[in-house]
Amino acid sequence: MSLISLKNICKTYVMGDILLPVLKGISIDVERGEMVALTGASGSGKSTLMNILGCLDRPTSGEYWLDGREISKLDNDGRADVRNQKIGFVFQNFNLLARTTALENVIMPLSYTASHLSEKRMLEMGREMLERVGLGDRMDHEPSRLSGGQQQRVAIARALVNNPKILFADEPTGNLDTKMSDEILRIFLEINERDGVTIILVTHEMDVASRAKRIIKIKDGEVSSDETVSKP
Amino acid sequence: MKYVAVIRSALKAICRNPTRTFLTTLGIVIGIAAVIALMEIGKGAQEALKKNIANMGVNTIRVWPGAVTKSGVRTGSGGRVNLTLTDLNAIAKNCRSVSAVSPVVSVRGQIIYGGQNWNPFFINGVNEKYLDISNWEISDGEPFDARMVARGAKVCVVGQTIVRELFEGENPIGKNLRVQNVTFKVIGVLKQKGANMMGWDQDDVVIMPWTTMKSRLKGAGSTSLTSSNTTTTTTTTTTSSTSDLYTSGVSLYPEASTAVPPVRFVNVDSLIIAAHNPESVEAALAEVTASLRETHKLGPEDEDDFRVRTMTEFSDFLTSQTKSTTNLLLCVAFISLIVGGVGIMNIMLVSVTERTREIGLRMAVGARGSDILRQFLIESIVICLLGGVLGIVLGHSLSMLLGNLMGWPVMTSYAAIALSVGVSVLVGILFGYYPAWKAARLDPIEALRYE
Repeated sequence: MSLISLKNICKTYVMGDILLPVLKGISIDVERGEMVALTGASGSGKSTLMNILGCLDRPTSGEYWLDGREISKLDNDGRADVRNQKIGFVFQNFNLLARTTALENVIMPLSYTASHLSEKRMLEMGREMLERVGLGDRMDHEPSRLSGGQQQRVAIARALVNNPKILFADEPTGNLDTKMSDEILRIFLEINERDGVTIILVTHEMDVASRAKRIIKIKDGEVSSDETVSKP
Repeated sequence: MKYVAVIRSALKAICRNPTRTFLTTLGIVIGIAAVIALMEIGKGAQEALKKNIANMGVNTIRVWPGAVTKSGVRTGSGGRVNLTLTDLNAIAKNCRSVSAVSPVVSVRGQIIYGGQNWNPFFINGVNEKYLDISNWEISDGEPFDARMVARGAKVCVVGQTIVRELFEGENPIGKNLRVQNVTFKVIGVLKQKGANMMGWDQDDVVIMPWTTMKSRLKGAGSTSLTSSNTTTTTTTTTTSSTSDLYTSGVSLYPEASTAVPPVRFVNVDSLIIAAHNPESVEAALAEVTASLRETHKLGPEDEDDFRVRTMTEFSDFLTSQTKSTTNLLLCVAFISLIVGGVGIMNIMLVSVTERTREIGLRMAVGARGSDILRQFLIESIVICLLGGVLGIVLGHSLSMLLGNLMGWPVMTSYAAIALSVGVSVLVGILFGYYPAWKAARLDPIEALRYE
């Protein structure tokens, strides 16, 4: 069974009297350990698809099987729990809490469902994560004192602290220069290959997408191409 | 999420903008300070009042003769003189809630000492229990005892005003004063009692055995203050000696029958009765009424021919007066708390808007709506509690300061402190709920995109 299985997912927005179909029947399967790039022009519906995949939004119709469970009909709390336990997010603008240290930013998700853990254990896990992304010496720094690349690495550590099955990255390199982008993508690849975390990367930059093993193109709410890149 | 963690993060959020937090809580601080100060001052005033009332004898009952209608002419209260020693003895014997009874007869008139004269407010004839009943102590000398009462001794005790006005400050013990040309020896001086609730000077008093007054002084026994009523024919019984008066106690005073001058009247102006304690006044009242109805041979359909009055109503009235004043002021204080609460709500709404992205992020990483709700609710409760604590400190200092400066009686009220803490939490919940609810139902996608 695939980790993710979308069956004829549709999403239609209602604007007054007008129905605005954004996703028109998308069916995708993503296996465990894949690294998938989701590309498409703006307005193609890739953000909407991303929101549905990330359990932030509900499809109008269709089935969404995640890790053996149909989750398209879950209510808000149910989806919050899925996000907390199975999904990690990395955003374009990092979304770190201001005036909060890197370490506290990283352990923030733990406080929501891992309340059985002691404070000490949480901090340990946070430190471990920050060391993995190479920020062992920046734990007590607040975001304002970190570079963009460092901030994004803190965000990655935060996304991984819950040991998620999938990592969603929405334009993770959009605000970074080439050198930092490379660094971030290298970390993604490492997480994907070493830890087997499935990564879904939303980007419109083709050179970023080309680092992934599979590229899915969305156009006008439908999958226009789905190709697995064979790396030399 | 652990509460400790939530509270810590709330404190952190609050500390992020200390000036704003302080200004936000100011409304609560002022409201709580006002509540605390008012309640402490109010409680102090009430305690002081309670002490005053106890001093006036809150457990006493007064009985007066009732009004009478004769041939269509109504005499008004005290028109009849129908309280007798028989009534008194019956009450003393039958009423379990009554600890002591004393008759009260009074005259008005000039008293003379040497070249001075004075017209005291009260010249009262009572028995030896009177001082106990009215909760009055002797400051110098000694009171007259039962023996002197039985004998009709020509002795008296005087109040502080008499000492000042008649004796001009010199020690009156052992001196003789004259009332209606009868000489009385001063054997005791009463402690200062001050004005009573009507504003009468209670120290302007001469107290003597009632037997002496009845037998020696004119105008005692019939109504003395309302002289117009004395024209009413008084039905008085005549007895030849106090052995009739003290039927039960006569064996105690073997010399009484020989030494006592004849007492002609056994009717008295009024009775003063003490219950065992303020709580048993109700019971005593019922028993006294029943006893009097029996001795006056009143049928079930007859009206009472006497009036009974306790201090309870009066003290209740006064207490409720202070209470309602305090309550009124408290209402004002609570209004300021509500205004403070609106301030809190306003700032929390601003805070929710400011932190929309943070809320979106927290939701994205798995916070449920209820987690967000709790976070913001606790934040507003913490703000209000901080304000409450500050207000308690401020209010307490304020009432202490006022107490010291103005000499007001102030009492630390733990109830007020507990109430204030409760109220601040309540304000926090009440006015924090709407912003928190708004935060909780944000759409994570929208919130994350919010600029």
